[in-house]
Order: sequence, then structure tokens, then C-alpha cells
Amino acid sequence: MNTPKEFLYSKSHEWAKKLDDGSVLVGLSDKAQNDLGDLVFVNLPAVGDSFSAGDTMCDVESVKAVSDVYAPVSGTVAEVNEMLLDTPEAINKEPYEAWLVKLTDVSGLEDLLDADAYIAVCEEE
Amino acid sequence: MKLIFESGASGRGCSVLPECDVPVFSLPESMRREKAPNLPQLSENDISRHYTALAGRTHGVNNGFYPLGSCTMKYNPKINEEMAALPGFSSIHPLQPEHTVQGAMEVLYQTEKALCEITGMDGMTFQPAAGAHGEFTGLLLIKAYHKHRGDSKRTKIIVPDSAHGTNPASAAMAGFTVVSIPSQEDGCVDLEKLRAAVGEDTAGLMLTNPNTVGLFDKNILEITKIVHDAGGLNYYDGANLNAVMGISRPGDMGFDVVHLNLHKTFSTPHGGGGPGSGPVGCKALLADFLPGPVVKEEQGQYRFHTPEHSIGRVKSFYGNFAVVVKALTYILTLGAEGIREASQNAVLNANYMMKKLCDLYTMAYDERCMHEFVMSLEPLKKETGISAMDIAKGLLDNGIHPPTMYFPLIVHEALMVEPTETESKETLDEAIEVFRSLYETAKTDPQALHDAPHHTPVRRLDEVGAARNPKLRYSFE
Repeated sequence: MNTPKEFLYSKSHEWAKKLDDGSVLVGLSDKAQNDLGDLVFVNLPAVGDSFSAGDTMCDVESVKAVSDVYAPVSGTVAEVNEMLLDTPEAINKEPYEAWLVKLTDVSGLEDLLDADAYIAVCEEE
Repeated sequence: MKLIFESGASGRGCSVLPECDVPVFSLPESMRREKAPNLPQLSENDISRHYTALAGRTHGVNNGFYPLGSCTMKYNPKINEEMAALPGFSSIHPLQPEHTVQGAMEVLYQTEKALCEITGMDGMTFQPAAGAHGEFTGLLLIKAYHKHRGDSKRTKIIVPDSAHGTNPASAAMAGFTVVSIPSQEDGCVDLEKLRAAVGEDTAGLMLTNPNTVGLFDKNILEITKIVHDAGGLNYYDGANLNAVMGISRPGDMGFDVVHLNLHKTFSTPHGGGGPGSGPVGCKALLADFLPGPVVKEEQGQYRFHTPEHSIGRVKSFYGNFAVVVKALTYILTLGAEGIREASQNAVLNANYMMKKLCDLYTMAYDERCMHEFVMSLEPLKKETGISAMDIAKGLLDNGIHPPTMYFPLIVHEALMVEPTETESKETLDEAIEVFRSLYETAKTDPQALHDAPHHTPVRRLDEVGAARNPKLRYSFE
């Protein structure tokens, strides 16, 4: 399981990465993509949508099932990674490159797990 | 193997139609198609061989064990087919005058009475073509009920996260907002979460009981009461009725509306187009909203009746009528005692298999199950890399249809096994041996399972390719 140190994680297996301008990229962790299996569709939210941490933000469909993706932090969608609509497999190949959304007005980053804590959570599951 | 579109030759055919005995009517020029349709042109012999060859490449209940959880793939007794083929049922037209189809109407009437007795409901429609269609119809009844009372605030349907995927989909289709509530670890409803979710905007709750992990929710009376107290109605998804027929009734559990899957519980063919049948039963308070027509009996005569506030038709005519004939045949063949015994044996068979496998396979829930049980292959996957999918493919090599995979979502690497009551102890014992030997193979030769199936007409299919780039029709050159 690949769990880079420079990312923060949620218990529901999303990652978050703070950018220099204060916005936050959100994606699915390596464990999430591995558990989901080959992804075949990604439904992204609309730019301007606001979420509280824990809200259902979008969904992804794998050969096994459709699964909700939760907002790991509160924020407003500033950008979505439209490339994923045509190439959902990018999430399987490069989970930490294939960001789903960029959030602004973010709060709640401090509640996320660092890599070590996330690994501990995954091991408990 | 050639597709049927690639077979045959121009000008070949096999239709020998009887002479026309009604006046010939020509379509107006403007409504005629300009080009002949691209229909396959084959002799009867070619067609017969084509479909026999196709059938030889499939696996059905007639081929072997088919423990597909939540689907109740029970044996389809041949007497059902005989009854449905009787000319009085098979050679009638739905627009015939009532007095000429009294027998067919009696079938609808009697089946309604029997299924209402089994479910504890007061009225029923046979129009819905299958389960999800039944859900949609039932939800429209709930909607009509609230609307009729002028209670327009009720826009939300509560669905536990362990529900069948069709539940939230049907609720959304019916125009409701879906509120998903997390289940407890045992797949049962979390009463506190339910209490927190209900309110003035609650139109109803959708629930399967036994639930999707094969456990009977012991709090069912409390659950339905919470929803009723909030002014909502309770919808029973009949997918798992096979566990409780003749023993407990949704109507007595506090449900107001229920759909049944005749193609699951009542032994009519399932899958491959069935066709299915998803009758919807309801309590008296919803009966005035049922799709029409329904059959009434008056002084020994049957007649069609459209309920006063009917939501309208949800399908042409009377639904898949021949399926109803088969279901009634099944009910009358078994009788009240037999129906109960079927459920008892379904539960017994599931518990027998679970008990015989639980020393090797990790069961998701360590307690007695109802008609199906869920195992988690997660520990095996961690140890050997063999997933639920790999075990499923290994089963195919042994002539067993895989159980339901990766459902319910709340169990990781899930295999959901539903043996049904129609399997003998010998069949169950053979399947148990196969499961056990696959477990050994996972430990000793995992590559053999990663490569499975080895002996099926096709090996592993490209599911990703099929999902991303589906070919939904044949392209003529």
C-alpha cells in the first residue's frame, strides 16, 4: 500500500493535499482504488458546490460496485478533474496524481490523519 | 461461435404462415418503412442448432447448483410450464370481453388472495414486470397516499445503506429524495439513526427483512413504528421473502406496501429475460391508489375494476400473466404446509452450508442465518491474494454458478450464498467439498485460481472493457 507522507487522509480513504495558494486537492487513496478494483466511471460534482466534511461529494463506479466519495474536509469546489471522465483508470494507475476536485474555503484539515495514523487505521480494518 | 446475424443466407427462412382469415389491411404509404429490416435469414434447423449451442454454453438451474444470494434461484417445476401452456391461458387476448376470460381472471383473483394471505396485505396489482418496477409502483402508491391527504411535505424516503441498490434508485425515479442511513455492523437498522432521520418530511422507509446479510431484524416492530409515528409508510422489499413464507408476514411486521418477485420466491423462471413479475401488495389504506384494472368478484362473476384514485397503469394490460399462472400453480401444488416447509428448508440448507464451511471461511456474522449467508474473503485475500472473484471463478470450473459477489457493500470481499430449499443434501455436500478444496488451492497453488476458470466456454471476461466500451448492438456493415 502506497501512502505518501506529504498527503493527509480520511478514515473513508480519501486523500487531501494543501497547495501553496491554500486550496486543497482531493483524491482516492491507493488502498481505496485497490479495494474498489478497476474503475469504469467517475461522477464529479459541479464547480461551486459546497460540502461539509463527511458529505457525499461524488461517486465512482468500479467493476464491483458504485461507491460514494466523501468530502474529507469542508469546502467549495473550485475545479474538477474532467480528464477522469474519460480516463477513470488514471485513479487506479496514479491515485495520488489523479485528483478528483480542488476545494477552496477549506476548513477541517486539522481533523485528517497523517500517513502513519492512516496506515494504522487501515491495518485495523 | 457465430452470431445469429452472421449465420444463414439471403432468402432462407422458416415461416409457414396459415392463410390469412381476416381482411387484409395495408399500412398507409407514409407509415411504411423504406428498407426491409436487417433480420437474420435462417432455416428452422439452423435456428434450433444456434440456440441449442448457445444454451450449451450457459449455466442455469437445470445445469447445476446456482447459489446466487438474494436471487433465490430455486428450481422451476415443470408443471408450472404445463399449466401456463394450457390453451385457455396461452391462446387468449387481453382485449377479449370479460365473460370469455373468466378463468384467466379467476387466476388473477385467486393468486391475489393467496399472496395477500402470505404477505398480510389487502390488495394487489400484477402489472409490475419485475422487482424494481414493483418498487417504483409501490413508491408511487406512497406518494399518491400523502398527496391525497394534502401532505405535500413528505419528500424523503429513508433507505439503509445495506439495501439493494434498486431501492434508492427506485425512490429517486419516483421523485423522492433518498436519505441513506448507516446500518449496524450486523446489517440491521440502527434505531437511533432511524429516529434521528425521520420527521415531517419522511414519506417512507424501504426495508428488506431478512436483511441483505441474511439476518432477520429483531427490532422490526420498533422500526416500522418509528416510521409510522413520524407519519411515514413502510415499504417491504420482497427479495428475501423465501426465508419467511408461511411463518411471518410483512403486513404483521408493520409494512404497508410490499413487492414480491414471483421469479424468485414463487419458482418462475429468472434471468435471461424471465420474464419476471413483481406484484405489489398493499394494506387497505393504499388499495384505492393501485394501478387498474384489478379483478373483483361479484356473485361468482369476475370483472375488471379500476380503483377510485388509481395511479394509472404501470404496464400494458395485466402484467406478465403467464408468470402469474406459474406462481399460482406453485402455491397450489405446495399448499399452506408446503409453502411453510419450503421456507424452513431454505433456512436449514443455508445454515447447513454455513456450518460446514465456517471453520475455513470467515463468516461475516457469527450467528444463525436465514435463507442465505455472507462470507468475507478478506482474510484469505490478505493471506494468499485470492479474492472473492478468484473463488467465484474457481467455482465455475466445478460446475457451480458463483454466489453473489461484492454485495452487500458493507462486507468486504463478500460472497453471498443462497442454496434454496430445492437442493438435496448430496448437492450441498458436493458444493461444500468444492468450496473446501478451493480454499486449499488458494493456499497451495494461488496461481491456478488467479487463472481460473480453465474449463468454461470463455475464460475471464474483460469486465473493464465491457463497462467502459460496451457494444450494445450488432453493427451491420
